[in-house]
Amino acid sequence: MLKEGQVRIPSGCAISGVISKSGKKINGERIVKSIATMHDRSNGLGGGFAGYGIYPQYKDLYAFHVFYDSNKAREECERFLDRHFDIINLSKIPVRPSSKITAEPLIWRYFVNPLPTKLTDSHLDEKEFVSRSVIRINSQIDGAYVFSCGKNMGVFKAVGYPEDVGDYFRLEEYDGYAWTAHGRYPTNTPGWWGGAHPFAMLDYSIVHNGEISSYDANRRDIEMYGYKCTLQTDTEVITYIIDYLLRKQKLSLSDAASVIAAPFWSTIENMPKAQKEKLTYLRSAFPGLLITGPFSIILGFEGGLMALNDRLKLRSMVIGEKDDMVYMASEECAIRIIEPDLDKLWSPRGGEPVIVTLDSLKSSK
Amino acid sequence: MAIDFLYPEYEIKRDRDKCICCRVCERQCANEAHWYDAELQMMMCDSAKCVNCHRCVSLCPTRALKIVKTDHTFKENANWTGEHIAEIYRQAGTGGVLLSSMGNPKKYPIYWDKMLINASQVTNPPIDPLREPMETKVFLGAKPGRVEFNAKGEIKNNLSPQLKLEVPIMFSAMSYGSISYNAHESLARAAKELGTFYNTGEGGLHEDFYKYGENTIVQVASGRFGVHKDYLNAGAAIEIKMGQGAKPGIGGHLPGIKVREDISRTRMIPEGSDAISPAPHHDIYSIEDLRQLVYSLKEASDYKKPVIVKIAAVHNVAAIASGIARGGADIIAIDGYRGGTGAAPTRIRDNVGIPIELALAAVDQRLREEGIRNNVSIVVGGSIRSSADVVKAIALGADAVYIATSALMALGCHLCRSCQKGNCNWGIATQRPELVRRLNPDIGYKRLVNLVTAWNHEIKEIMGGMGINSIESLRGNRLMLRGIGLTEKELSILGIKHAGE
Amino acid sequence: MKRIYVNEKWCLGCHLCEYYCAFANSGKDSMVKALKNVTINPRIRIEERGGISFAVSCRHCEEPLCTKSCITGALTVNDGVIQIDKDKCVGCYTCILTCPYGAIVPSETGAIQKCELCMNNSAGKPACVAGCPNKAIVFEEKE
Repeated sequence: MLKEGQVRIPSGCAISGVISKSGKKINGERIVKSIATMHDRSNGLGGGFAGYGIYPQYKDLYAFHVFYDSNKAREECERFLDRHFDIINLSKIPVRPSSKITAEPLIWRYFVNPLPTKLTDSHLDEKEFVSRSVIRINSQIDGAYVFSCGKNMGVFKAVGYPEDVGDYFRLEEYDGYAWTAHGRYPTNTPGWWGGAHPFAMLDYSIVHNGEISSYDANRRDIEMYGYKCTLQTDTEVITYIIDYLLRKQKLSLSDAASVIAAPFWSTIENMPKAQKEKLTYLRSAFPGLLITGPFSIILGFEGGLMALNDRLKLRSMVIGEKDDMVYMASEECAIRIIEPDLDKLWSPRGGEPVIVTLDSLKSSK
Repeated sequence: MAIDFLYPEYEIKRDRDKCICCRVCERQCANEAHWYDAELQMMMCDSAKCVNCHRCVSLCPTRALKIVKTDHTFKENANWTGEHIAEIYRQAGTGGVLLSSMGNPKKYPIYWDKMLINASQVTNPPIDPLREPMETKVFLGAKPGRVEFNAKGEIKNNLSPQLKLEVPIMFSAMSYGSISYNAHESLARAAKELGTFYNTGEGGLHEDFYKYGENTIVQVASGRFGVHKDYLNAGAAIEIKMGQGAKPGIGGHLPGIKVREDISRTRMIPEGSDAISPAPHHDIYSIEDLRQLVYSLKEASDYKKPVIVKIAAVHNVAAIASGIARGGADIIAIDGYRGGTGAAPTRIRDNVGIPIELALAAVDQRLREEGIRNNVSIVVGGSIRSSADVVKAIALGADAVYIATSALMALGCHLCRSCQKGNCNWGIATQRPELVRRLNPDIGYKRLVNLVTAWNHEIKEIMGGMGINSIESLRGNRLMLRGIGLTEKELSILGIKHAGE
Repeated sequence: MKRIYVNEKWCLGCHLCEYYCAFANSGKDSMVKALKNVTINPRIRIEERGGISFAVSCRHCEEPLCTKSCITGALTVNDGVIQIDKDKCVGCYTCILTCPYGAIVPSETGAIQKCELCMNNSAGKPACVAGCPNKAIVFEEKE
C-alpha cells in the first residue's frame, strides 16, 4: 500500500475549532470533547489537533514536532538541526500509550532558534529560513517528518479516532487560547501518521473537510513558488497557498480568502467600483490559486482562526458565539456539546470568511 | 501526356432516376465539373475536375448526387501507396513543389483521442451547470509576480494589459486574402457577439472592420502587410507571427491574382502583385531581436495592449517558449502541426512540426519548472476539433485555444483542402466576387456563434462533472486526465497517468 | 404584413428558388415525380445579367394594378395577399400586361398563375425562402 505522498488520497472529514477572543486559556480536553461528538465523520484513520498559545514558556522559539521512523533518522535530523539551529530544549513528546493507537513512530519535540550566522549567510528572513529547513528535512531525510514548526503553537496528530489521539497526546495537560481539531475519513488506508491532519507550516495550521477538484491546478501553480507538495493532500496545498498569499504576498486574511474562494464574476460585476476593481484584480492575478470543489477549512494562525467554505458551500460548517468565545465546526452538535447555551449560531455563506482574532491584537493596531 | 493521366481519386455519382436537370450543380461548381448536355438532355460530369467540396451534393434539391472514393487502384503496395505514385507522376510532369492546404491529414497519433477526462463520484459532488454558476471567463496576459500596496495599504492595480474572453476559445489568424471579406466579417461579428477575439492574420485590417477593434487581434508577420500605427492601435492585442503549424519555417505567398483592389489597399501593396512573406522576419534573427520587436510594438501602442508571440510547435518548443516568456511577450500562441493553411508545400505540411498536445505539455511544464508560467498566458491551436479537445488542452495547461479549421467548417468549409486553387465553392478561401457572395455573413456569423456557444455548454457540462466550477481551476489540472494506450514516455511528456492508475 | 424580399447582394443565381416553387405548386409529393423531364414554369424567376442576379416574384403591392385590371374579379387581395381564383380567370392576360414586375405568367391551363406565398399549396410557407441557400430571399415584416 502506498502512503501519503506516493499516492493522492482523497478523504472526507470532521473539523472543529474554538477560540477565546480575550485570550483566556482553553484546556485541550474541550476540543477533544467537541470533535469526539462527530465520531461518525471519521473512520479511525487519522485524527489531530492544533493548539495556539500552548507554549508560553518558550513563546519566542520555534517548536518543532517531529515523527521519526527510526533512531537513525532521528540522529540524522538532529545533526541537521544542530548545524542550522540553536536547540534550546529537546524531549520526547509525552504520550499515554493505548491499545487504540498503534504503529507509533518516535515523536520528538525541539524548541529552536535559527543560528544567527546561518541565518545571515542564507540572506533569508527568519521565517523563510525555518520553512526551507523544514521542507528540506521532510523531503531529504528519510524517515524524519517535521509536522509542526510554529512559535507558541503545536500540532498533535496520529492514525486513530481523534478522541483517542487527544487522549494519547495527553491534551488535557495543554492550555491555549485557540484550538482546532480534525477527524479523518480517507477513502483509502494510508496508515501513516504524517498524513493525518492538521497540516502546518510555521504558525499556520489547516484542518480541512472536503475534496477539492482544483487540486492539481493549485499544486502545479504553488510549486512554482518554492513549495513542494510531498503529501499530495488538499490540506497541504491549501496551507501552502495561504502561506504564500499571507506571508509572501502580504495579503490580508480576507483578501486571501477572496483569492481562494473568489466570488463569481457575476457577483463581482455588481459590486461597488472600488471593490469590483480589487476583486477583479485578485481573481485575474491569482487564477491558479482559486480553489474549487467542496471544502470547509479552519486556518489557525498566530492570534486567531479563520473559517472558510468553498464558494458553493458544498461542505457543512457552522459558527457559534458565546461571550468572548467563538466556535466553528462541521456540525452544530460539536459546538453544543461544549457550549449548550450559545448567544448566536449561524452558518456562513460559501466563500464568506469568518475571521476571529485576539482582542489584544486589535487594540495594539 | 498519357503518362500524366491520373484517374480521379473521387468520383461524382449521379442518380439519374433522381436528377431533374435543374443545373444547380453546374451553376455552383467553380471547377466546372458539371454541365448540361442539351442533345442528350442529361447532366454530365468530369470527376477529374471535382475537388470533393460537396457544394453540389449539398445544394442538389433531389439528393441525386454523391461523391465516392474511387475503386480504381494501382496494384496494392504497402510501401508505394497510390498517393506516392500519383505524386511522383505529378512532379515528374511539372517539376514543381506540391502544394496543399488545410491541416496535415496523415495518420499520426492524435493525442486528444488518447486522453480521458475525469468525473466526480461520491467523495466530491459533480456540479450541475444548469443550477449553479459555471465560469468560463478567462483573462489572458501576464500576471504580476508581486502584489503592491499604496501608501494607504491598499492593493495597487499593477496588472499588465489583459484580454478578457467570455469563452476560452478565440478565432485564430486567417488573413484577408487567404479568406474572403465575408468570412472575415462573419468572424468579426461572431467574436463581438461571443465576447472573444478574431485575428486579422497577416493581411492587415480592412477599413470596414475597424469597428470590431475591441474584438480583434491584429497580426504582424514577416511580410508586414498592412501594418501601420493605426492598425496596431485598432485591435485589442497585437500578435507577432513567428511561425505557423502547417508550415513551420516557411513564409507565405498570396498570388497576385488574389490581390484585387480591396486587398491591395488593405495590404498596402500594388494591385496584382504577389504578396510574399519571407520565412524569417528580417529584423528577427534571434531571441533578443524578438524582444526588441515586442517592445517596439508595445511602444507604438503605448503599453496598452498585450503582445502575443505565435510560434509553430517544433522540436525544442519548450526552450523557445521560455525565451519568449522572458522576452516580454504577454501571451504565447503555439500552433500544432495539424493546423490549417491556405497553401503550403505538401511535404512541409505533412512532415514538419510536432503534435500540439505534446508541445503544450512540454511548454507548460517547462515554464512552471522555471517559475515563469504566470508571466505569460498560453493559447494553443492546430486542430481543436471539439469541446473535449478544448477541455483537454486547458487541463494540460493552456489558458485558451485558437480555432480556425473548426470555424471555417462552421462557415461551410468541407475540408476539400483545395484552398490554394482560389476557387472555393463555399465563398471562404476565394476572392472571386461571385464566389465570395456565397458566404452570407448574416448566416455565417450566426453559425460561428452557435458552434462556440454549443462548445461552451459542453465545456460547462464536462467541468461540472469534474466538480469544477471555474475554468481557472481546470487550467493545468492534469490529474483530471488519464492516458489510454500511451507509452511511459508519452505519459511522462504529457505529465499524466495512465487510465486505471 | 410579412412579404417576400429579395436581396441581390446574396443571390447566387442558382435558380433553386424556381425549382422549389415549381415543386411546391405541383401537388406532387416528391420533387423527382413533379419535375423529372418537365420544363418548369415557376411563379418566381431569376433575372440575371452581368454577374448580377435576383429573384422576381409577386410583391403583393399595397395598391395592385393587377387586381384593378382584372376583368372578372379573379384576382383579389385577401389580408394583403393577392390571390387568384383560377375558376374565374378567363385568360385575358390584362394583369400580365399591367404588372410592372412581370410577376404574373400564364399557367399550363390557360389561367394565369402567380405567387400566393405558398398559402394554397403543400408547402404552407414560401418554399423559395426555405430553399434559398444564402438567405437572398427572405419572408419578413418590414416597415
